[in-house]
Amino acid sequence: MRTSSPVRWPLAGLAALVLLNAVHDPGFLKVMLLDGHLYGVPVDILTQGSRTMLAALGMTLVIATGGIDLSVGSVVAIAGAVSAVLLQGGHSLAVTLAGAIGAGLLAGSINGTLVARLGVQPIVATLILMVAGRGVAQLVVDGQVIIIQRPAFAYLANGFLLGLPFAPLLVAALYGAAHLVLRRTALGLFLEAVGDNETASRFAGLAAARIKAGAYVFCGGCAGLAGVLAAANIRAADAYRAGENLELDAIFAVVVGGTALAGGRFTILGTAVGALLIQTLTTTMYNLGVPPAVAPVPKALLIIGVALLQSEKISRWLGGLGRGKTA
Amino acid sequence: MRAWQRFAGRNLPLLVTALIFAALFGTAAHFYDGFFTARVFIGLLADNAFLGIAAVGMTLVIFAGGIDLSVGAVIGFTSIFTATLIEQHHLAPGLAWALALAAGAGLGAGMGGLIHFFRLPPFLITLAGMFLARGAGFWISTESVGISHGLFARISGYELVLGPVVFPANALFLLAVMLAGYVVAQHTRFGRTLLAIGGNEQSALLMGLPVGPAKVAVYAVNGLCAAVAGIVATLYTGSGNPSMGLGLELDAIAIVVIGGTLLTGGRGHMLGTLLGVLIFGTIQAAILFDGRLSSWWMRIVVGGLLLVFILLQRFFLRRK
Repeated sequence: MRTSSPVRWPLAGLAALVLLNAVHDPGFLKVMLLDGHLYGVPVDILTQGSRTMLAALGMTLVIATGGIDLSVGSVVAIAGAVSAVLLQGGHSLAVTLAGAIGAGLLAGSINGTLVARLGVQPIVATLILMVAGRGVAQLVVDGQVIIIQRPAFAYLANGFLLGLPFAPLLVAALYGAAHLVLRRTALGLFLEAVGDNETASRFAGLAAARIKAGAYVFCGGCAGLAGVLAAANIRAADAYRAGENLELDAIFAVVVGGTALAGGRFTILGTAVGALLIQTLTTTMYNLGVPPAVAPVPKALLIIGVALLQSEKISRWLGGLGRGKTA
Repeated sequence: MRAWQRFAGRNLPLLVTALIFAALFGTAAHFYDGFFTARVFIGLLADNAFLGIAAVGMTLVIFAGGIDLSVGAVIGFTSIFTATLIEQHHLAPGLAWALALAAGAGLGAGMGGLIHFFRLPPFLITLAGMFLARGAGFWISTESVGISHGLFARISGYELVLGPVVFPANALFLLAVMLAGYVVAQHTRFGRTLLAIGGNEQSALLMGLPVGPAKVAVYAVNGLCAAVAGIVATLYTGSGNPSMGLGLELDAIAIVVIGGTLLTGGRGHMLGTLLGVLIFGTIQAAILFDGRLSSWWMRIVVGGLLLVFILLQRFFLRRK
C-alpha cells in the first residue's frame, strides 16, 4: 500500500542539513586527496558516525521485535574496557577483538534471556545492564583510563583502506551483510512477524522467543564492536565516558530512519540515513558554533517532531489534508 | 489471622523490601563499628534527600505505567536556573523558586500532554525532555554559580533536635515530600486513579475515570517533584550546577523498583519507595564505611538488586 519509499523523509532532512551547511560554509562539501587518503568534513561525518551507525543497526533489529535496548552505552564501555585490558596483557588483535565482541554478545544474551525467556519488559530488562554495566566496565579496568598503544588497534577507527576510511567501510559491509541476510531470506519477515504479534507468530510455527533473543544478542555484538571502535578512536578505554548517550543516539537514528517504535516493521537503509542525519546534525552544530552542551536541544526537537509525524493522530490529519479520505 | 494474611498477600513485595533493608542494615552494623547509630540512619535520608524526592514523583509516574527519564536533567536545570536568578539577577529566592517549580511542572505537563494526546511512548518523549532540560541548563551557564544569599546558609544550616536525634534540613525536606507523596498515593482519588490506569488503561477509561487529566497531571507532579529536588540539592551544595543530577533518573527508577512497585504499573506502595531510599543509602554508606570497596561497586550492587526484584516480580505475576 505504501508506494513511496519510507526513506524519503530522513533523506530529505539530511539533504536540507547538508544544504544549510554548504550555504553557511562553502568548504563543507569539499573532499581532498592528501597522501592518497580522503579528507574532508563528509569523511569525518562518516568516520565519527560509524559507532552510532553500528549501534543503530543492532537497535533496528531489537526495535523491529517491539523491544528496546537501553544498555548499548554501557556495553560499549564494557567492550572498550575488555579490549584495553586484553591488549595490555599482550594478547593479539584477534584475541582482543574476539574478547570485546564476545563480551558484547554475552551482555546481549543476558538481555535476550530476560526479555524472551522470562518475559520481562524490554525497558526494564535492559535497564539492569544500563545501571550495572558501567560499574562492571570500571571493575574491569580497575577505575583507570587505560591508554592503548597498539597501532593496529587504532587503525580500526582511524585507518584508511585504499584511500578510504576503514571504520565506515567496515560498517557499510556490515549493513550490506545485514540487508542480505534479513531481506534475501525470510529472517527479516520473521522479525517483523514477532514484532507485530508474538502470539500469532508463535502459532504460525515461528520460534518467537529464539528470534527475539537473537535480536538482543546481535545488538549486544554490534555494541561490542562499537566499543572497540570507540576505544580505538581515542586510543584509550574510558569506562566512565565511553558510549555515553550512545543508546539514545541509536534509538533516535532508528526512529528518525522510519522504523516503527512499536515494532513490526523496519528499514535498514532508513537507519543508516537516520544515523548519518544525527551525526550531520552534531557536526552542523559544531560548525555553527553552538556550544556542545547545548547541542542536545535541536536533537530533542527533532525527535519530538519525528515522533509526532509517526503518531496516528497526526498522520490522520495529514492524510485528511492530502487525500481527502483515508482508509 | 485472616486480616494479617490478606495484608501480607497484598503487600508481599513491601515486606520483602523491608526484610532486605533490615538484613542489609544489620549486616553493615555487624561489620562496621559505629554503623548502628541514629546519626548514620538519619544520614541515609539526608545524603539522599534530593534523590528520594525525585523518587517520590517517579513512584507516581510508574504507578500509572509510565516512566520519566527527564528528572535528573530537570534537577540540573532548576539548580542553575535558581542560582543565576538569585545571584546575577538579584531576584528574591522565593520568587526564583516559584519560577523554577512552575518550569518543572510546565515541562512535565507538556510531556504528559504529548504522551497522552498523541499516544507517544513515554520513554521517548521524556528522553527528549531530558535533552531539552539539560541543554537549557547548559545554555544558562556551563559553569557552576556559587550562591552567597544569606537565606541559603540559614536554611541549610537548620537542624531539628529531638532528644538525642538531630534532623538536618535535608532529611526534613525528604520526609515532608515523602509524607505528601504517601497521602497522595495511598489516600486520594488521584492516587487510586493512577494505579487503575497502570493496571489497565482501557478498564480505567470504561470505569469513567479521568484518564487523560490524570496522566497529564502525574507528569506535571513529577516535574514539580524534580524541581523541588533541584532546589533542595542547590540548598545542600550552596551552588547552582547545570550538570547536577546526571544519571539520577536511573537511581530513582531503581529505588522505586527496589521498593516493590511494579514497573509495568498498577501495583505499588509509597512506603516501599522510602524503604528503597534507605536500602540505596545503606549500600552507599556501607561502601563508604568500608573504604576498600571502590565507588563503582555501588552501581553493580544496585544493578544486582534490580535484577533480583524484577525476577521476583515476574515470579509473583506468573503465579497469579
